[in-house]
Amino acid sequence: MDLQGMARRVEAGMQLALPVDYAGVSMAMTRALIAHGAGDLDLFCVPTGGLQVDQLVGAGLVRSVETSAVSLGEAGGAPRFNQAIAEGRIVVRDATCPAIHAGLMAAQKGNPFQPLRGIIGSDILRFRPDWRVIDNPFAEGGDPIVLIPAARPDVAIFHAPTADRHGNVWIGRRRELAAMAYAAAQTLVTVERIVEENLLGNEMSAAGTLPALYVSGIAVAPRGAWPYGLWGEYATDTAEIQRYAKAARTPEGFAGYMAAAPAGEMQEAAR
Amino acid sequence: MTDIHPREILITTIARLLDGVRHVAVGASSPIPAAGAMLLRALKQRAGAPPVRISILGSVEHNFFTNGSAELFDCAGQGRIDAFFLGGGQIDGHGNINLVGIGDYPASAPRWPGSFGSAYLYFVVPRVILFREEHSPRVLVETVDFTSAPGVSEPGIHRTGGPVALLTGKALFRFDKARPGFTLESLHPGHALAEVRDATGFSFDHAGQPPQTALPDRATLELLRGQVMDELAETYPEFASQMRREIHA
Repeated sequence: MDLQGMARRVEAGMQLALPVDYAGVSMAMTRALIAHGAGDLDLFCVPTGGLQVDQLVGAGLVRSVETSAVSLGEAGGAPRFNQAIAEGRIVVRDATCPAIHAGLMAAQKGNPFQPLRGIIGSDILRFRPDWRVIDNPFAEGGDPIVLIPAARPDVAIFHAPTADRHGNVWIGRRRELAAMAYAAAQTLVTVERIVEENLLGNEMSAAGTLPALYVSGIAVAPRGAWPYGLWGEYATDTAEIQRYAKAARTPEGFAGYMAAAPAGEMQEAAR
Repeated sequence: MTDIHPREILITTIARLLDGVRHVAVGASSPIPAAGAMLLRALKQRAGAPPVRISILGSVEHNFFTNGSAELFDCAGQGRIDAFFLGGGQIDGHGNINLVGIGDYPASAPRWPGSFGSAYLYFVVPRVILFREEHSPRVLVETVDFTSAPGVSEPGIHRTGGPVALLTGKALFRFDKARPGFTLESLHPGHALAEVRDATGFSFDHAGQPPQTALPDRATLELLRGQVMDELAETYPEFASQMRREIHA
């Protein structure tokens, strides 16, 4: 598939699962999604968000964000996200990292919920009416524990180094990418390259492979995580993220940054 | 040897607070806690004591997890992580921490990144060290605006972990969960009790004449400036070179 074709799979009002900045963010899909323009999106960050979330919010496509955090790392706060919150334009559902993982785990197993320790007494729980507290049924009495409902995103989107001709995707030890794919109805993946050999053909690569069973679409996007890095491939372009952080302090600056050059050209320039 | 850098005192203090741990996890972008953990590991190595394992989140060379970002939490939930560091835009006198923002949630202004794993790790990691270099009334407040994670829990709530200490650029406090509250343990060189009281938004117990935070001895300082800075530079090159410049200035 191509990026535009994959972006068209995303419809207004869908929930998208997106990975943490170091796991393999498909920044190539960010611009394709903005060009496609499906709005009212609910973002589900696994377990935190960054540049991709900020750009989708800045483009006005986002209705809500469920996350444990959103930031640009060393480049500071996420400017469009933070302003949208201050102006009440998006709903944020604050979570904590293992609760995000628990929601995906429940969905993966076809269970309605997953119990999780901690959280009780926090304001996170107070503002999450969709989370429940029950007494541990195996205890003698008492022992409250939080239940996190299954998270079943409509679409998971990430970037990985390699896919094969059979649609298998190599995710190495970034198992949260598999967790996203197991839980989501569709999974769209951009990759650096497509290889001829079957990734399931030898045990070394098979161990780190997400089988095609869980993959709905693949597009080739060289340096598709840029300006984020991709493990084992290239480092994060911190200077570019800082450039974005500065530009996106205002809506005008954000618009100017996004209009300046299509992703492909910027990626070429960065080589 | 030149004068001791204030951050060398923080690093040495962290190593002391971590004494006895088998496995310490350090969050991303936390060079001082990471250096403290590395100093402890080097000290134990030199003494022939059992090794200290360090997990630095987001690092490739100091991350041995193979099950994605959920593994840290699974590991912690089983009691396999002995110590962790948390900070916060606000920390209050009951050990509650706020990583979400100031003002009327959800319309927080400013909004900070978010709670990350704090609402879980604070409950299940036995030795949580609260670390924040900035020691001011805007950080150390009477009551947090949003509780990302509470300092203490009601009886009957499963809780195997929590805060043991609060380390800032001015002082070291111990946390007493029975009270609950902080006790000033020591003042870093150059800081006075009155100054710390003015800079702290919550009340705390203290001795009439609090002691000074212990300084690293010569051998510890050599280890810190050599082996530990070399190791730290692999993950935090900019921080390590800045420390070296300031020490040799």
